[in-house]
Amino acid sequence: MKNKDTELREELAAHLQMAAADRIARGESPEEAAAAARRELGNLSQIQEATRDVWGRRWIEQLVQDVRYATRTCRRNPGFALVAILSLTLGIGANTALFEVVSAIKLRVLPVTDPDRLVEIAPTSMNGVRGNQHTWHASVTQPIWREIQARQQAFSGVFAWSRTSFNLAQGGEVRFIDGMLVTGDFFSTLGLRPTIGRLLAAEDDRTGCTPRAVLGYDFWRRTYASEVAAVGRTIVLGSRPVEIVGVAPAGFYGLEVGRTFDVALPLCAEPLFSDDGKGLVDAGTTWWHSVFGRLLPGWTMDRAAAHLGAISPEIFQTSLPSYYPPVSVQSYLNMKLSANPGGAGLSELREKYETPLWLLLAIAALVLVIACANLANLLLARASAREREIAIRLGLGASRGRVIRQLLTESLLLVTIGGVLAMFLADTLGQWLVVALETSADRITLPLRVDWMVAAFGAALALATCLLFGLAPAIRGTRLGAREVMHVGPRGGTSSRESLGLRRALVVVQVALSLALLFASLLFAGTLRNVLHVNPGFKPEGLLVANVDLSPLKASTARTPIVREQIIERVRSVPGVESAAPVAVVPISGTSGSNEVWPEGRRSGAFDSRINEAGRGFFATLGVPFLAGRDFDSRDTPQSIAVAIVNERFAARLGGNIAAVGQRFVREATPRRPEKTFEIVGVVANSNYLTLREAPSPVAFYADSQDPSRTDAQLMIRLTIPAAAATSAITAALSDLDPRLEVRYAVLGTMIHDTLVQERLLAELSSGFGLLAAVLTTVGLYGLVAYSVSRRTGEIGLRMALGATHRTILGLVLRETGLLLVTGLVLGVVLALAGGRAAATLLYGVKPHDPVTLGLSVALLGLIAVAASVIPARRATLIDPGIALRTE
Amino acid sequence: MAKRARYQNRIELLQGTLDLLILQTLQWGPQHGYGIAQAIQGSSSDVLQVDTGSLYPALHRLEQQKWITATWKLSSNKQRTRVYRLTAAGRRQLVSERSRWQAIVDAMAAVLARPRESEP
Repeated sequence: MKNKDTELREELAAHLQMAAADRIARGESPEEAAAAARRELGNLSQIQEATRDVWGRRWIEQLVQDVRYATRTCRRNPGFALVAILSLTLGIGANTALFEVVSAIKLRVLPVTDPDRLVEIAPTSMNGVRGNQHTWHASVTQPIWREIQARQQAFSGVFAWSRTSFNLAQGGEVRFIDGMLVTGDFFSTLGLRPTIGRLLAAEDDRTGCTPRAVLGYDFWRRTYASEVAAVGRTIVLGSRPVEIVGVAPAGFYGLEVGRTFDVALPLCAEPLFSDDGKGLVDAGTTWWHSVFGRLLPGWTMDRAAAHLGAISPEIFQTSLPSYYPPVSVQSYLNMKLSANPGGAGLSELREKYETPLWLLLAIAALVLVIACANLANLLLARASAREREIAIRLGLGASRGRVIRQLLTESLLLVTIGGVLAMFLADTLGQWLVVALETSADRITLPLRVDWMVAAFGAALALATCLLFGLAPAIRGTRLGAREVMHVGPRGGTSSRESLGLRRALVVVQVALSLALLFASLLFAGTLRNVLHVNPGFKPEGLLVANVDLSPLKASTARTPIVREQIIERVRSVPGVESAAPVAVVPISGTSGSNEVWPEGRRSGAFDSRINEAGRGFFATLGVPFLAGRDFDSRDTPQSIAVAIVNERFAARLGGNIAAVGQRFVREATPRRPEKTFEIVGVVANSNYLTLREAPSPVAFYADSQDPSRTDAQLMIRLTIPAAAATSAITAALSDLDPRLEVRYAVLGTMIHDTLVQERLLAELSSGFGLLAAVLTTVGLYGLVAYSVSRRTGEIGLRMALGATHRTILGLVLRETGLLLVTGLVLGVVLALAGGRAAATLLYGVKPHDPVTLGLSVALLGLIAVAASVIPARRATLIDPGIALRTE
Repeated sequence: MAKRARYQNRIELLQGTLDLLILQTLQWGPQHGYGIAQAIQGSSSDVLQVDTGSLYPALHRLEQQKWITATWKLSSNKQRTRVYRLTAAGRRQLVSERSRWQAIVDAMAAVLARPRESEP
């Protein structure tokens, strides 16, 4: 480029010399000739520029020029540049981080061959399902899976898989790793290649197989230090040595987005790890598989869905277990399989957090809009300050487009710096967000990366932002010609009035949006506060859950209850343990079970009741008071009449106000057990069962001592000492009893805390955003009022000279602000109510149009807004009329 | 304003005619920018004034269109000058520009020669 420039210069110099030489030849003096030649040639640099335009590289040069100019401008106003870059970094960064997480759980496809052809096969509805559902995504039983495998014709390959966990420790406190049980065609259908060794194949999945393991890539790296020699070694899972045959490819975390697997075993290995050695292989009421398939060439998703629908009747007819509860048989037979897109895998995170994350993304976007309005405001103020400069440039022949481009370059420079910083920030914020979603019981593996989609999002956002805050001021600033501006005085240009109008509009928008955000954050904070203050009906503080696994003892059915009793007694004697009692379902832990029950002899009075099983001392340990009757005790044996303790709600449903103790009720037949009658021996107060947010529902507690089938001992333990100290003492006591016993702990308070991830996330993030919005708006309002006061210095001076009091001046300024504020707040209330309606399902204990919260947000925002405008307004009253009028 | 008055006896070039004039001038042989300007001025008996500000952009534009090529040559007084030469494509372009110009001239003549019809 330099070269061509030099050549052009030389060419023009030659032209000049020749012209001068000609003139000298005609008799002019050399000086005269040179000057005339120059005059004739015209503006040298203009010719150069025009010629360079022809080369088509003009815009690059101009860009370099503009960037240099913009850098100079920014350096001259470091305060503005800093504020702009900071707010852009925060705004774009927060948006990109949220988008990164949303894209990771929602938009990304699995790293498998041709993910578009992958299909999830699942029933359209799980309503007729009876029995146990192992994972949130489990959708078929083993017999149904076999039928699908045998009958389907739409897929080149189908496979079933199930999430599980394996205990790495042998005795003592357990150490679980994440496992996957997969059918033979799992890896081949996905089209995956091993990192080393081999992956599981159809031969590995035969009934009665010797299990072989494929390690997850990260687990291999972590635990085996990426050693190739790991293949062929054995790994001990649940006290059972398993040969390692290979390592899965890097980046493959299984089919559940947000989770990972450390080890994958063939499905046929499941019985080996079960308590009874038979496992779930033939269980027709245990729903534990997810089924995926790869579409045959030429098959579409719709055609596959139709095919699955067509073969569903035979599949469910053939797989119907003989012991299925008769009342539910028809709904079982009516179930229908369908095909869903499977390329993005399954994700509980997606189902739980998609709505909140989109909502937060919308909030973050609004904050960015507010930040943009602020920057636009600042730039507008600057544009009026530079009115003369720009007018002179236009007057000297710069084209308007050129000046607009130059002004926009400045915005672009700011947004580029902010955007690049935002990408770094986004990564950190994204990681932080994933950690925030994680709970002690639920490890999340969500590899975040800035892929083209995230980068494109960030770039698009930055560009939109730039146009949003840069364009209007640039167009405004260049609208006037030199003559108009030169004729008007140094202050109070004709354009200022209009640009002030635009600035007022921007502030109104800011106030409105901030009010909506503030309202939303108060609603979410209120929700969190309400949920945190829910009285679950028991005292979670100081409660420990210990899950003792008896299966390594291989005790006989007759001995198991005795061993359980020994364990409970032993735990009760540990120092620091106040009381302990067994329970089947830990409250608010995420597990639940329910059955239909009815008063004996009155089938029409049937209702759904939650069920639990508890031992003596359970209610006392939890702190749930008895309203009537007695606790379970030594009278309740497998031989005595079946008894139950019910909660208040259950008693009310059963027979209105009649005292429930002594009454009998019938529980419907379940897949494993026939219909059974229970006698109520006690009534306890209501307590929460599954979540903190639920309304009290009927719960029946059966006697643990009357159920001989239990092979684990899950104990609720009330501690008087910190949990950490207690767990080691309990583990030691149990090892003392039998070193093969395995135990796992959870702190109930933490478990409950963990169920509030969504509420916490929404409350914390929206409060942060709400605060940011309020601060930005305050700055915007302050800036506007300060500017308007400085512009009106002369007028105010004159008024004061004519006898206006401080109070009048203050009123004058504040009246103007007040009008903006009120307009903004009115608009904001409308926005806030609409936003509240959209977020209604995420709220608890507050109405989406809660007037108190709304009033509070209006008052809060109004207060800071008034505070922001009082400072510059007071400055207006300090204007010295003499000085003000002299400068005019 | 005053500037324009001084050149009253000279006609500013019509838009788009400069290209034709350059091509026409180069038809007689390679020439540098100053020479082209002089030639146009000379052959129009100083009526057509070539503005240097348009000449050089035009030369570079024609070069980009590949109608002319440029080489550096030493002039008689050891001055390095950029000399333009017509290409084959330029020759074809000249023919078509000339016929276009002829069409314009004919059309203009027809319009100007026509007697006014609705003269009162």
